[in-house]
Amino acid sequence: MTGELALDARGLARRYGGRWALAGVSFTLGAGQALALVGRNGSGKSTLLRLLSAALKVHAGEALVCGADLRRDADAVRRRTALLSHAAYTWEALSARENLVLASRLLDQDRPQERALRRLEEVGLAGRADDPVASFSAGMRKRLALARTLLQEAPLVMLDEPYGALDPPGFRLIDGIVRALRAEGRSVVMATHQVERGATLCDRGLVLEQGRVAWEGPAAELPANSGLLRGSEEGA
Amino acid sequence: MNVFRAALYKELLLQWRTRARVLSVVVFGATALLLMSFAIGPDAGALRMHAGGFLWLALLLSSTLTLEASLEAETEQQALEGLLLLPVPPTILFYAKALANTLQLALLGAVLVPVAIVLYGAETARPLALFGLLVLGAAGLAAPGTLYATMTARARAKQTLLPLLLFPLVVPVLIAATKASSLLILGDPMRQLAAWLTLLAAFCGIYWTLCGLMFGLIVED
Repeated sequence: MTGELALDARGLARRYGGRWALAGVSFTLGAGQALALVGRNGSGKSTLLRLLSAALKVHAGEALVCGADLRRDADAVRRRTALLSHAAYTWEALSARENLVLASRLLDQDRPQERALRRLEEVGLAGRADDPVASFSAGMRKRLALARTLLQEAPLVMLDEPYGALDPPGFRLIDGIVRALRAEGRSVVMATHQVERGATLCDRGLVLEQGRVAWEGPAAELPANSGLLRGSEEGA
Repeated sequence: MNVFRAALYKELLLQWRTRARVLSVVVFGATALLLMSFAIGPDAGALRMHAGGFLWLALLLSSTLTLEASLEAETEQQALEGLLLLPVPPTILFYAKALANTLQLALLGAVLVPVAIVLYGAETARPLALFGLLVLGAAGLAAPGTLYATMTARARAKQTLLPLLLFPLVVPVLIAATKASSLLILGDPMRQLAAWLTLLAAFCGIYWTLCGLMFGLIVED
């Protein structure tokens, strides 16, 4: 990693058609740190995470992700990041176990069956391992998507609305996983509307407003920036 | 190689799990053959003469259904984007999917041949050569078909767009496969079969190379 930074974004921008969803976002995140990304719906959180995981192309600006240049070496970025997206990235016709075993094989990992089962146990789906994903509820799909994200064992894990569709035990599951990732020295970026949880779990906080950084600072101060955050929550 | 094997296994497993759809495609192909036989009428000689062409037309029409279905599993939960983020190289994804589609189309062709024999009297003295031709022709349809099915997977009018894009491109494959099939069914006194098979193989080579190179450009945002 370059300069002990997991993320070094400079003026990142992305447009959809003529509308700029992100208009010059700059920030840094140290290796092993966690960032809580907060903002109204449509403020650009998901776009930022998808840019940083090389799921989308950058239209302006640049970034180093775990030392890899986002614009010039997207494959290296993808190898060093894992994204929990709104989409589950799963095959509906296959079982939860088959989905993870296939992902593990495509990652060219050894012992794919064992790895898949361990991840399913971690997210509380071991009992439904052989059921087709098509029969899963939204919360179960989220858990499976989380298992798939963890399977990648990436140094930087990005979680887009990880609490969405989950029940209270699911909330605690996410909290535990973020803490475990941090204990392993991995970096985490978490886009969430759960401001208090983000403030507790993360080191840094960043508020996005209309594709721009509206506030950046220690995560503990996220709830205190009540003007921005109340606005964000009311707008959500 | 391990990753390619895993990608191919994934394609075949998905095809197996959604095999109920294959039955509807077979019925569609057989129905197309039946309807086209009505256009010729009860003339056994004319039916036999046109058997090769109608067999490939039925296969071409059915191919749009199987190609479209092969991408449906990847778009439901954006699994294709997930694959690219693992990251799996796009060329590996393309060749695994195109190979699985080739196998499926060749099997579909093999099922339609007996139907063509019953309806058109399309017997051949060289059934193995006909099966080889089906595999080669299926490969010629599968490579551009996989590329265009991926391009149109998220389009609203994909049912219309896919045939509109695919059919003009595969005309050389259709002509070469039809000529070769007719020679296998009707006989080859002038020894023309090798020339048509070479032409078909050449187009397959071009399509598999170009489509493999272009797939990455299409799936990357």
